[in-house]
Amino acid sequence: MRVIFILVITMFASLPVLPALAQTPSEAEIELRAKEVGRALRCVVCQNQPIEESDASLAQDMRKLVRARIRKGDSNEEVMAFMQNRYGDFVLLKPPVQANTYLLWFTPAALLGFFLIWYVVRVRRGSAKIDAPTLSADELKRFTALANDQEKNQ
Amino acid sequence: MIAEIGQIALILAFLIAVAQSVLPMVGAHKADARLMAFGDKAALAQFILLGVSFIALTIVFVQSDFSVKLVTVNSHTDKPLLYKISGVWGNHEGSMLLWVLILGIYGALVPIYGKNLPAGLKARALSVQGMISVGFLGFILFTSNPFLRLNPVPINGQGLNPLLQDPGLAFHPPFLYLGYVGFSMAFSFSVAALIEGRVDAVWARWLRPWVLLAWSFLTIGITMGSIWAYYELGWGGWWMWDPVENVSFLPWLVGTALLHSILVLGKRHAMAHWTILLGITAFSLSLVGTFVVRSGVLTSVHSFAVDPARGVYILALLLLATGGGLVMFALRAHTLRGGPGFTLVSKEGGLLLNNLLLVTATFTVFLGTFYPLLIEAFTDGKISVGEPYFDRTFAPVMIVLIAFMGVGPLVKWRKDSWQSLRPHLLKSLLLVLVISGLTWWLGKSVLGALSIGVAAYLAYSTLVAFGRKIKFGQTGSMAGSMKLLRAQPAAVWGFLLGHMGIAICVVGITAMSVWAGDSAKVMKLGESMTVSGYEFTLTNMTPGAERNFQKMVGEVEVTKQGRKVATLKSARRFYQVRDMITTEAGIQVRPMRNLYVGVGEGDAEKGWVVRAYVHPMVNWIWLGALMIALAGFVSILDRGQKREVSS
Repeated sequence: MRVIFILVITMFASLPVLPALAQTPSEAEIELRAKEVGRALRCVVCQNQPIEESDASLAQDMRKLVRARIRKGDSNEEVMAFMQNRYGDFVLLKPPVQANTYLLWFTPAALLGFFLIWYVVRVRRGSAKIDAPTLSADELKRFTALANDQEKNQ
Repeated sequence: MIAEIGQIALILAFLIAVAQSVLPMVGAHKADARLMAFGDKAALAQFILLGVSFIALTIVFVQSDFSVKLVTVNSHTDKPLLYKISGVWGNHEGSMLLWVLILGIYGALVPIYGKNLPAGLKARALSVQGMISVGFLGFILFTSNPFLRLNPVPINGQGLNPLLQDPGLAFHPPFLYLGYVGFSMAFSFSVAALIEGRVDAVWARWLRPWVLLAWSFLTIGITMGSIWAYYELGWGGWWMWDPVENVSFLPWLVGTALLHSILVLGKRHAMAHWTILLGITAFSLSLVGTFVVRSGVLTSVHSFAVDPARGVYILALLLLATGGGLVMFALRAHTLRGGPGFTLVSKEGGLLLNNLLLVTATFTVFLGTFYPLLIEAFTDGKISVGEPYFDRTFAPVMIVLIAFMGVGPLVKWRKDSWQSLRPHLLKSLLLVLVISGLTWWLGKSVLGALSIGVAAYLAYSTLVAFGRKIKFGQTGSMAGSMKLLRAQPAAVWGFLLGHMGIAICVVGITAMSVWAGDSAKVMKLGESMTVSGYEFTLTNMTPGAERNFQKMVGEVEVTKQGRKVATLKSARRFYQVRDMITTEAGIQVRPMRNLYVGVGEGDAEKGWVVRAYVHPMVNWIWLGALMIALAGFVSILDRGQKREVSS
């Protein structure tokens, strides 16, 4: 049940943004879509900042460029492709999934899977010796002395 | 003269650190009580000397003694006193001195609070602390001496970076360093315990308060950085996955794992390996945090010191510390005793999962932060890794973590079953459906609705777990529950605060990511724009001047359905000394939403660039974060652990 719940959430989280119909977009629509695109594009002279959120003059030019492309009738994907073509992969805040980024994209999920399997295997193996004591009498004595000492000093 | 006193104190501290790193270790090896006791004295002496050195540097800054190069480069007579003082650590050399001073403070606390620690363990831990001191003091003395003189003496200084002239950032580094350096305790005691070959519940319970202390300070430090970025950078972002932010987040994530595993070690004697490994990693990542900011390997708004030569030294230090710690672990891990077993559904199991998920999260952030560097170093490519990456990789791991966070506190130690959890899970599912449904109906966002549902589930589960501890609604008498309520150990309150803090944080983050509204426009006086139902009108632009900057203040009136809600003042500041411009945002802070305005460049002819934002529930993020920090401080007060040992 829980697993399904999580799957649903992650699925929605990764849903691609639907491209708006590209004919003669209204100014409001242009603005809306430009923002959407602009949030995924890096201002190439800034530090990990999207062009929509940067005050740099280059970011301003890039914002204008995005709006110009949308006005011309480009879809969101076409604008992204245009910008990628012009500025390289560096402009994409979401790095493309390709040979040199497989490690980046897939290691987290692989690690998560590995850990979950490891957890089940390890715990199954360890649960045999379930009834061992926690603290020995000697350890208890030492800890009490320590804790008293700490209390005195506070 | 004062600078020379500071310089001499620093050199003496270095020499004592050298002795401290060798003698107590030898003493512990030969069981020589006198040599071991030297560690205590050396730690105290180091603290005093570093204090003297730091005070000396503070005095030359306050006096604006421009014969000291550091003061010339980073201060100015026109600067307010607060920023003359914060200027001490608002630069590379001074911040390193602050770093070692804090190391000295933690070191001095070992003999004070550890009188009854096993002599060998204490001596070895202090020796490791001494080695860290040697590394950093050597770094300061040989590459970054703060007391260098300047000849001829200039008439005035070059001022402090205007971005740093802000109360939020003045105190951001000290808190961050109290966190980073605090993990040195976990490191030193982990290495010492590995040498001793004994990691037990006593060790864990003694160390736990220090981990909590470091972690809470780090939480505050990160939160302050986030708040500062929000109002100072002028575009209302509270977290931008900037490498410098990420590297402060890494030790926090590992520290969170550590304070959960050390809890298990203290109570159940399990997870000794994990605890040691996390202790070493937390400090290593703290060094990475220091390294990344200091070396300028990742340039960003925060990196005010950019010098690759120093970077090489810190990199070597980092490799030595991390490598040394891990080699020690590899060699000595077999001496650690494994704890008693537990089943798949058990509290130990839940906490182990917590650790595994937090390690995955840490690794993900680490990868996202350093992958672009690797690509750039080893291929011709150049990529960016930004928020969209972390949304898709880090966020799902966090959601899995929260799913387990809800049930973890409800299961019993050692052995429990899914059956016993079923009623709670069914009720939770119902709650999530109702809350999510309601949120979707109001907010029209599937992602937002589910995320708020998750937060509600966490808050509900946390309250249920707390309610069970005080037998709320079980005994039938309120008085009995009230009595149990008062009898709860501090750690239980820490749990309640911390986990509720996360839930509140998630609500804030969700609201900000899904329902925030913004717009930007070039406006002349009297013009207006609408954001999320609020109308922003630029009513006034007034020039002015302060002691160390000139400014242009824009007034923006905000109305909702014709009714006036706020008048926001945003200023553009021009700092002549540094030839820099900063934007002061105008913000109206309210529990359920902030109104935010930033006025940019422009003139009366063409108009000014105005950015307006409506930020729903953004303050919940920091409220939650501060609750989390408070949770750590509260847990330190726990005296209950002693009692539980005997039960």
